[in-house]
Parts: sequence; C-alpha cells; structure tokens
Amino acid sequence: MNEPKPLPIAARAEGCPFTPADELYEMQRSEELPRIMVPSPLLDEFEAATITRYEDAKNALSDTRLRMGFVFDPEAPRTMLNQPGNLLNYNGADHSRLRRMLTGAFTVKRVRSLRPMIERIVSDRLDAVEQAGAGADLVQLFSTPIPTLVICELLGVPYADRADFQHRAQVGLDVNTSRETQIRNLAEMDEYMATLIASHRESPGDNLLGSVVREHGDELTDDELVGIGNMLLIAGHETTASMLSASTTLLLRNPDQLAVVRDEPDAVDGAVEELLRYCSPATAMPRQAAADMSVRDQEIGEGERVVVSVLAANRDLPEAEERDLDELDVRNPPKHHVTFGYGAHQCLGQQLARMELRIALPALFNRFPTLRFACPEEDIEYRTKALVFGVRNLPVTW
Amino acid sequence: MNVDVDQPRCVAAGHCVSAAPEVFDQRDEDGVVVLLDETPGEHEHERVREAALLCPSAAITVREGERPS
Repeated sequence: MNEPKPLPIAARAEGCPFTPADELYEMQRSEELPRIMVPSPLLDEFEAATITRYEDAKNALSDTRLRMGFVFDPEAPRTMLNQPGNLLNYNGADHSRLRRMLTGAFTVKRVRSLRPMIERIVSDRLDAVEQAGAGADLVQLFSTPIPTLVICELLGVPYADRADFQHRAQVGLDVNTSRETQIRNLAEMDEYMATLIASHRESPGDNLLGSVVREHGDELTDDELVGIGNMLLIAGHETTASMLSASTTLLLRNPDQLAVVRDEPDAVDGAVEELLRYCSPATAMPRQAAADMSVRDQEIGEGERVVVSVLAANRDLPEAEERDLDELDVRNPPKHHVTFGYGAHQCLGQQLARMELRIALPALFNRFPTLRFACPEEDIEYRTKALVFGVRNLPVTW
Repeated sequence: MNVDVDQPRCVAAGHCVSAAPEVFDQRDEDGVVVLLDETPGEHEHERVREAALLCPSAAITVREGERPS
C-alpha cells in the first residue's frame, strides 16, 4: 500500500478552476487506488482509498459492501451526519424504508407540478438583480436564494424566518468552520426544525414536509422528522446554489454556449446535463468498507474509508474516446454522469435540482441578454478545495 | 424486446420515466417504477435502453431481440 498524499480531493489545475488537477488524472491512470487524506469538518481529516475512474465509481457506489460509514450514534454529539432521519446515516433495508417515505414527494410528476412555484421564485430574484443594477452579485441575489426559497416552500418555512434559515444552511456546509461551530449550528437548526415539525403535526401543511407528516407521521419520531427536514435543507441548498453560480460563470466564459442555453429551449435539458457533468458540485463522495472487498482487482480492507472523486470520474466517461471531456459542449450532453452519485443513495432530489437549473439558467440569460462579468474574469474567486465546489462572488452587468 | 422491472430494487430516481414515459411510470405514493409496456415497439427501444443505462439500482432488465410473448 502506498503512502497517503496530502492532495485535496477537489484539487484543480493551476489557473483552471473547472479542470481537475493533473494529480487527479495521474491517480486515474494508476492501476492502484491511491490512499489520500480527505478534509472533513466533522471527522477532521481521514485517509481514504481514492476512486477516480468512471466504471470504478459506478461499481463502488452500487456495491452494498460500501456503507455510508456514518451510522447514527446516540451517545455522540449531534452533528449534520450524526442524526436520525438523515438518509446519509442509513444503509440497506433501513435506508430503503426511510427513503421510500420521501420518494413519493420527488417523482418526476410531483416535481413538474412545482414548476410554477419555481418560476415565480426565479422571476422575483431576477427583479432583485435588476433593481441592484450594474455590479449585482449573482451569488448573493440569485444562485443562493433560489434553492433556499424552494426548500422553504417545500418545508413550509414562513417568510419571516427565511433569512435566519438561510444563514444556518450556509454554516452547515462550510468546511472552514470548526466542529464546535457545526454542533452549535446544528442545535439551532434542530430547534427551529422541531418547531416546524410541531406545527405540521398540529396541522400538516400543503407542502412536502406536510405530506410526509400526513402520510407517514405515525411511523416517524419527531427526531427523525427533524433530521429529514435538515437533510432536505442541506442537500437541497448548497449543491444547487453552487451549480447555478458555477454554470453561469462557465457560460459567461463561453458565450457561444451561453447563446444555446438562452436561445434554444429544446437544447436546455441536455445542456443542463453537460453542465452537471462538467461542474460536479459535490466533488467527492465518502464511503466505508463493511467487509474486505475489491473494486476492479484492487483490494480494500474491512473498515477502510473510500472516497469517490465525482469530478475525476465525470471526465472518464465512455464518450472520452469520441470527444475531449475537459471541453464543455452543451450541444453534446453526456449519456450518463455520476454527479448525483449512483446506486441506492443516488440523490433523492435530483429531479428537483434539474428543474431549478432548467428554469433559472435560461430565465437569467433571457432577462439579461447582454449579461457579462462586472469585474476582470480573474477576480472571480472559486472554492476549489471545499467538498462542494463553488464560486464565491459573481458580479455582473448588462 | 422484453422489459422487466424489479420493484424492490427501485430507488425511485425517476430516470426511466424521464427517458421513456410511454414504457415506465412511477407509483404516486413512493415513486417506485411501474412498467406500462413489457414489449415496447421498436420506436421505443432506444429510449428503453437509455432508461436501463441510467437506472442507478439496475432495476430494469432489457432482453433484446425477443418477440412479444
């Protein structure tokens, strides 16, 4: 076994924030699964066998011997991961049972019915951008609020509570915060979510959380419902916000491809898949081996942690033989990608995320057909070391 | 082409319904796959193959070349 390397799993090429670092490609070429150190606000830093090839990623993520590795421990302090009700804490039959109480709310049909609500939110945010005028920061005014407001609708969060709610959501996924900050923030989230659950118990709202309480309330404890609420918030917020900012930045850097998203409604769905592949906002997915096992012919020992580099795997699709996957090509969407993961844990809210992107991106470019950066391109700051890739600031003009 | 679905395996990701809505549907209560057409016509074959490829839980089995039974 080789020595673990201190390389951030989300590392990018020098000066190219959307391109994986050469070291990640080196790992991909290696027959072995290199061991590297993965940063985590909750586990400090942990060593993990790194999976960077697409076929390996699919096989690993659908192998039931690779568990989520963060099973709920009632004795340990509550954290975002150590919480009942969060699907990321469950495996096998327990996971399926809980997931099936939620999947009815995320069917293709149900998500389609949310379109008018999402369009209204997007349109309001575009008004806010227009009012802010030249120099408006799309991260603050557009990408971050849209998914949060959608989740607020799904959970039934009253308007007056939304600013605090959004702040806690941001802290929850900030890898630059201490474990203590995370635990304190989660306690606040729990407290708020508990009052929300109590009001749904009293009178289930006409929204996603209300319908879970109405249909499965007698099978779920308050604790589990709080965890479900927090999971939906965290999972639905940061990744979609990052995708909106990253996609917009990427398209502003590629005006011919921006024009496709703006002017060709039939091309939007495919373009969104290509943007999902290319941006890979959840850059890495951690697991833990429940038994001695192998991926390809590479051995992984029982108890070993494993991390799948979604970023690297998405540049290694079978299409690599026909096209350069380091080039963005919205007219040539991938047949498949692992941005939402794979296997039994594949993203519960992926159809919702797609819907938000398919509505928000064309709406933005149609409202502001001459949209461009309001600062030199090199002043845009990226979060390239975080587990969720993102853009810190996106000032625009038109 | 013969299509079979494994409902207990299904994780309700919704790819099949998006890819081939004439062949697959989802149960309202939990999103689990419902097979609408076991022997889809030729015009559906490409979409059904795509659905099987995208399915994250390998819950769709496609047997090619078989006549409707």
